[in-house]
Amino acid sequence: MSSGPREDGRRDRDDRGGRPQGGQGGGRRFVRARKSCRFCGDKVDYIDYKDSRLLSSYVPERGKILPRRISGTCAPHQRMLATAIKRARNAALLPFATD
Amino acid sequence: MRVYEVLFIVAPNTEEGDLESLVTQLSDVVTNQGAQVTKVDRMGRRRLAYPIQKFNDGFYVVLTVEGTGAEIAEVERRMRVSDAIIRYITIRIDEDLKRAEKFRARRAAGLAAAAAAGGRGRHRRPAAAQPVVPDDDDDGDEEGDE
Repeated sequence: MSSGPREDGRRDRDDRGGRPQGGQGGGRRFVRARKSCRFCGDKVDYIDYKDSRLLSSYVPERGKILPRRISGTCAPHQRMLATAIKRARNAALLPFATD
Repeated sequence: MRVYEVLFIVAPNTEEGDLESLVTQLSDVVTNQGAQVTKVDRMGRRRLAYPIQKFNDGFYVVLTVEGTGAEIAEVERRMRVSDAIIRYITIRIDEDLKRAEKFRARRAAGLAAAAAAGGRGRHRRPAAAQPVVPDDDDDGDEEGDE
């Protein structure tokens, strides 16, 4: 009844760029450069939904919102970004989905 | 006083003059209700990200309205009825703007505090009292994850 091959809990939690805990798989250790929030760097206080050029850089081909684990955006700005993208979708400035 | 942004998309087959009369008509509705149109932004003809009523592009117009909120209902009703307007969105922005203003103020205060550092330790981050901690901004969830 033991819980199987113990996939050492690094499925989602470590996705933020933490190092993989050295299981039996051997240690690949990446020291990745810390991504930083672009909006903090630019001191953006409000993300306008009409700025479709800016927003489209956070919307990959498929039309989904780029997760902050990829883009490195900080949580407050990611929230602003997400609302802006959703508003822009309703205004037909960004697609809901593309195929 | 609330601030709204009313964005609407006009069908591409409307005449230039009709577009203008539509804009003035809607602004009149707003002003008749006792509110003000502070800005009219004609973003021009743009491609739509997806077709709306079989149109692939449209004229984007943004009205910035300052008022109580009652006039928005009337404007939206007009837009719903109008055939030329293929999409409209109203967004209340005063709270967002206030928040942005707060961030800006805080940042300004932080800069002032840094400039006046060494004085009174009243501010949270006097730059002098801040030891240089290299690399510790990794927010700890690498090591702490054990």
